[in-house]
Amino acid sequence: MFLYDARKGGVRGIRQKAGQSLIKLKNAGFTYGGRDILSEMNLHLQAGSFHFLTGPSGSGKTTFLNLCYQALMPTTGTVQIFEQDVRVMTRDDIAKMRRRIGVVHQNCQFLDHLSVRDNLMLPLVVSGRKDEIEQSSLGDLLSWVGLTDRSNALPPELSGGERQRAALARAVIMSPDLILADEPTGNVDWEMGQRLMALLVELNKMGKTILVATHDLNLIRKVKSELSARTLRISNTKLQLPGANL
Amino acid sequence: MEVGHFILGTLSGDRNADRVVPPTGFTARLTTLTAAAMAFLTVFALALSLATGRLAANWNAELAGTSTIRISAPEGQMAAQSEAVLEVLRTTPGIASARVMSEAEQRKLLEPWFGPDLPFDTLPVPRLIEVLEKGRGPNSAGLKLRLSAEAPGAVLDDHTRWRRPLVDAAMRLRILGAVSILLMVGSTAAMITLAAQSALAANGQVIEVLRLIGARDVYIVRAFVRRFTLRVLFGACVGTTLAMIWVFFMPDAAEEGAFLTGLGFQGWHWILPVLIPPLAAFLAFWATRWAAFYTLLRLS
Ligand SMILES: Nc1ncnc2c1ncn2[C@@H]1O[C@H](COP(=O)(O)OP(=O)(O)O)[C@@H](O)[C@H]1O
Ligand SMILES: [Mg+2]
Repeated sequence: MFLYDARKGGVRGIRQKAGQSLIKLKNAGFTYGGRDILSEMNLHLQAGSFHFLTGPSGSGKTTFLNLCYQALMPTTGTVQIFEQDVRVMTRDDIAKMRRRIGVVHQNCQFLDHLSVRDNLMLPLVVSGRKDEIEQSSLGDLLSWVGLTDRSNALPPELSGGERQRAALARAVIMSPDLILADEPTGNVDWEMGQRLMALLVELNKMGKTILVATHDLNLIRKVKSELSARTLRISNTKLQLPGANL
Repeated sequence: MEVGHFILGTLSGDRNADRVVPPTGFTARLTTLTAAAMAFLTVFALALSLATGRLAANWNAELAGTSTIRISAPEGQMAAQSEAVLEVLRTTPGIASARVMSEAEQRKLLEPWFGPDLPFDTLPVPRLIEVLEKGRGPNSAGLKLRLSAEAPGAVLDDHTRWRRPLVDAAMRLRILGAVSILLMVGSTAAMITLAAQSALAANGQVIEVLRLIGARDVYIVRAFVRRFTLRVLFGACVGTTLAMIWVFFMPDAAEEGAFLTGLGFQGWHWILPVLIPPLAAFLAFWATRWAAFYTLLRLS
């Protein structure tokens, strides 16, 4: 597990070479019901980078993230994930690709009949890697997100902030190459938001590629003071690359 | 081999796969109950089918292949007409042999009706000729025509005439049993497919979560397949056992009713109902698998 490895000073599971593009968009666009939601987007998301994705509510941030793990198919242009065109992926390819991407959804979904602990284990269970995690690593992970004493609770019993942290823990348990977080601080107060961002910063320092959708500019400034994060902005369905003023 | 291995793997394998789908009490019990009822009915249909088959075979073997010709003629002509009938029979295709019954044999035949003291000499008892058929037997209508021409006092008593409809009815009953079994197999498959589909549809959100964290379709399918197969296996075991106990304690056909034979299983036929639960489980496995893959493709 990544925490276990982190203690030894190494990070396992970094499969990509430095400088490689994990996500490539070429003229990608998404149309819904005849309306362009996103259009003419071009991007190379470099391995090891930390990006923010901003834009007003309804500008298409969630839609953009969905394109990045094939929850949606681009209606125009091409999207490549780990060098593979999403159009030629089989359902099994998609499943395997998602094992390398940790997603923190805007509305975190869990299996409500399983405990928090079992939900965190789920990505390992479904990929047949359950035996790879030691209980101590799972304990580390739970304490890292501050859910040690909530590990036997059921998801519906969690508060908004606890859900966000559980979702983050689940997103990283497979030691994914890429972490996509959709408004991870949306349902939590400023202090909890700070803590969650600190977790993402820590992950990036361990070598993970991070893409965080948020409209909270204060949070972005805070993170940028700690590491070199770049900001992508969605404006009028277009993706504006870094350099835009904040 | 491959398939058997795969099925065993699914059933014995990852219990976690089962746990990822929330328990569904009501549908589960309904599936088990239906499987039990279907297995119960299948046992009876099977028993019916086997028993009627036995019945038809008995009747055929016992009665087919013989017929009788009765000659009623004045004393003086009896011998001549018997000779003529035998001559006709000799030249009729489909007849193995024919012989005039002795007086003692006839007496024995009539005894149950008239008692042992029948005054055979004074009564105009008709003479009987026993005919053994071969192959498909003679053409009745043709034989009758020839007999009436050669020996006006001869009457062909063709047992198969009244027997044939009974045998036909038994055979039809047997087909009915087989068709019932097929219908039950079909409805069971349909029921399992529907139940599996509704279970998948009801768990749409669970499936979505599983897909998002990288579960392959086959993993999700297994969770449902395992569950439905075990349920149907259990239900079918209960239904089959109950029905077999029932059949076992059904009154045997008494000696005098042997005509109707017992409805139960005989000899190695007892193995057949035991095959119902594993076959039902096999059916459940494939029906659920098909329904699950189909539904997953449609949900996405
Ligand atoms: N399933 C959908 N049906 C209709 N419109 C949608 C759907 N999903 C997104 N949209 C539209 O796409 C636009 C972008 O939505 P979204 O990506 O959720 O924005 P954001 O995450 O930036 O708030 C919005 O105008 C929204 O109304
Ligand atoms: Mg959104």
